[in-house]
Amino acid sequence: MDAESAKLIGAGLAAIGAGMAAIGVGNVFGSFLESALRNPGAADGQQGRLFIGFAAAELLGLLAFVVAMILIFVA
Amino acid sequence: MAGEEAKVDPMHQFRIEPLFGSDHWEIAGYNIAFTNSTLWMAIAAVALWIFVLGGMKRELVPGRWQMAVESFTGFIDDLLAANVGKEGKKYVPYIFSVFMFILFANLLGLLPLPLAVVGVHPFTFTSHFTVTGVLAILSFLIVLVVGFWKHGLHFFSLFVPHGTPLPMAFIIAPIEFVSFMIRPFSLGLRLFVAMMAGHVLLEVLSSFVIDGLNAGPTFGLIVSVPSFLLMIGICALEILVAGIQAYVFALLSSLYINDAEHLH
Repeated sequence: MDAESAKLIGAGLAAIGAGMAAIGVGNVFGSFLESALRNPGAADGQQGRLFIGFAAAELLGLLAFVVAMILIFVA
Repeated sequence: MAGEEAKVDPMHQFRIEPLFGSDHWEIAGYNIAFTNSTLWMAIAAVALWIFVLGGMKRELVPGRWQMAVESFTGFIDDLLAANVGKEGKKYVPYIFSVFMFILFANLLGLLPLPLAVVGVHPFTFTSHFTVTGVLAILSFLIVLVVGFWKHGLHFFSLFVPHGTPLPMAFIIAPIEFVSFMIRPFSLGLRLFVAMMAGHVLLEVLSSFVIDGLNAGPTFGLIVSVPSFLLMIGICALEILVAGIQAYVFALLSSLYINDAEHLH
């Protein structure tokens, strides 16, 4: 296997990370919604924490995208 | 294949092109030409200026415009009050400016301008790490300056959370230090990658639409039409992402400022 095709396969494998981040982000919002329906009064006060969790989970998926971009265009 | 020649390059939209001044405008050997990135930063700044100026008439009964501006300032005010407390009041101008600038930049970059004027494309300057990185470093520097100004060398106790047992402190301090130093990167990287990924996705979907139509009516029906419908949905999602990313940037900046104000 030459280096160019290895790079492209690596970039494709990095897309797994995007799917994993999808699970993470879905988990954040799903858990929030589940608990918000149990106690709607407390839901509004937790929106800041919701988005902190979202940002942390999303960042790791975006890093997978960066890895793919580096493999295709830089490496 | 004929499709190979007319391939859509999804990265072309991020190319920075000098508009004028590329000849003699130099600082320390670096060219500082007025580029399309600069142009759209100026447009975002002017649009923001007009938006806020229109809401500063201080009418006792606010009109629609003033209400729109006040809801944004009130939103940022609440954000800082919730995350920093009463010391957060003095950071409202900075967080408001950075939030609105990023929001306007993200939304202006999504404008379908070529529909109105052929050949005019909006440029999303938040899809460049140079821009978002500078904004993130600005937030990081405020944290450092405020932290050292207010707490002096005691600011370093940020790396040892309150109540850490001594043996654990030797492990936790390096981890906290790394997670502190990585903040400007993650802050800038998140905004830049989120905007760039969204625009690449839209470009790839639009290339499906174009290539499907070029390949004939059958492909047009089974490829282009679903792609176009998906594109409309993704456009709506991108508007949401534009707002969320601006909000996340403001939220995380205020959290970091809270660290600087109150340590742990």
